[in-house]
Amino acid sequence: MNFFLISLLKTAIVAGAFMTTLAYLQWIERKVLAHIQLRLGPYRVGFNGLLQPLADVVKLATKEGFVPSHVNTFFYVLAPFLAVLFALISVCVIPFGPSVEIFGVRTDLGLADINIGVLFVLAISSVGVYGIALGGWASNNKYSLLGGLRSSAQMISYELPMAIALAAPLLLLNDLSLRTIVNEQAGFYLGFIPRWSVFQMPFPQIVSFLIFLVSAFAETNRVPFDLPEAENELVGGFHTEYSSLNFAAFFMAEYANMITVTCMATALFLGGWQPLWPSEFGSDFVPVILLLAGAAMLFYHGVFEPIQGRKWDRVSFPAFGAIFAGLALLFLIPVLKPILVPLFWFIAKTGILLFLFIWVRGTLPRFRYDQLMNFTWKFLFPVAIVNLLVTAFAVALQGQKN
Amino acid sequence: MDLILFVIFAVLAVACAVSLVVQKHPIGSALSLIGVMGSLAILYLLLGAEFIAAVQLIVYAGAIMVLFVFVIMLLNTGAETATGRSWPSRLLGIPLITIFLGLLAFILQRMAPSMGMVRFGAFNTGAKEIGRSLFTTYLLPFEVTSVLVLIAILGAIVLARKEID
Repeated sequence: MNFFLISLLKTAIVAGAFMTTLAYLQWIERKVLAHIQLRLGPYRVGFNGLLQPLADVVKLATKEGFVPSHVNTFFYVLAPFLAVLFALISVCVIPFGPSVEIFGVRTDLGLADINIGVLFVLAISSVGVYGIALGGWASNNKYSLLGGLRSSAQMISYELPMAIALAAPLLLLNDLSLRTIVNEQAGFYLGFIPRWSVFQMPFPQIVSFLIFLVSAFAETNRVPFDLPEAENELVGGFHTEYSSLNFAAFFMAEYANMITVTCMATALFLGGWQPLWPSEFGSDFVPVILLLAGAAMLFYHGVFEPIQGRKWDRVSFPAFGAIFAGLALLFLIPVLKPILVPLFWFIAKTGILLFLFIWVRGTLPRFRYDQLMNFTWKFLFPVAIVNLLVTAFAVALQGQKN
Repeated sequence: MDLILFVIFAVLAVACAVSLVVQKHPIGSALSLIGVMGSLAILYLLLGAEFIAAVQLIVYAGAIMVLFVFVIMLLNTGAETATGRSWPSRLLGIPLITIFLGLLAFILQRMAPSMGMVRFGAFNTGAKEIGRSLFTTYLLPFEVTSVLVLIAILGAIVLARKEID
């Protein structure tokens, strides 16, 4: 019974946190893009547009859920459900932190630890294409159909380099369970170089990490690989005919896929919750310093040097500064420290990768379709295979691990 | 718990299989087939073969069926219209299916006591064991199969080339 209660509680927490992150990821994306393009971004709803996601959800939910007369109704309604289901389900195998003790109960930070975790995520991502493909087909519209076709072709093609890039670190780490994989990456070379897969001997996996990242962009249909919804060619691509919550479902699926893929990259290549340098050299104080620096900056800008014409900043900036300082103090409490510090490292790495996704969207133009296909089949795929072969040789030369 | 899950997904697999044959539209059939694959994967999971379940999903539902759906969408085939059945099928259909089902039931009933029950979670081999046996005991069949697949790919390329020229 205890197990069920804890699992239920953990599921509720993870689901809540995941949904909030989804909503705010979109806010962050709009803000970052805006600042890249020298705009302000969402600004009106709440302090600095912080309630914008809520407003968007209310707007989408109160719109009419319109089903066009020319669509195949069953598949048209089914497609967004499939997209969201496959996008949300893979979060359950991702380990967020080590096993910790909370109120005398020992539990893993993460929902499920199955011994085929990596394969599970691969399987779910490989069936994830059905949502988009079906949505495009069922809409009975040439733009949607082209979007759906492009997305299925693209996802089949990029799955190969992605899976092969994943196989190379698995050779070093020798397990398929994501929790064991992260534990294998604990420790340091020479006392300060982390044993993450990207640095791990005998063959550092930097190449396969880059291949994985590029394929991840394509798998999540993000710029520069967002051919399925290329606005200038296909109107809205596969979701042209969707409105209201059905449209929101596709949107949610895209952001959920982004989070899952970055979590996978963090766990497999960047050592999950393992810190960047040993705690003897003070890595535990990184979150405290970062949060305090943020708080100090907010106080400074709010109280002493507010931007002209932004009256709310005088109130909102110090308020957020106080919240940041409070969070920083939480990291200093000895009871919470073993839980919060690993979580911080995991979230920091995932956040940096997510920022990279947004950054690339603000920087690179879209590929042409033939460039996209040539790139994966003629460049990414061979490089991934060579990388796998070299890794296999290195591991074989080093000798049996267990 | 195991039994409930087994019954749910066994029924789902059979229902999807029936729907696969009955569906008028190719996409409907393809999706039913994906349903069959998915239910089979969960049945494998119940037997304790996680690796095979994952491979079932990745290879069949994720790769082969995506290709099927892709081709169906690309050709944009419409719903089939039922044509009248030919006279041999009308004449022989029902007797043959009855004989077939009767034979199946008879054989199952004869063999059932001697075969023993399959236990849930009895198949306790992970990816490591499967990999090891593929590269030691079954190395020759494994390699021969991969060469066979290579030949099939070459054949496909040759056939496709001819049409282009």
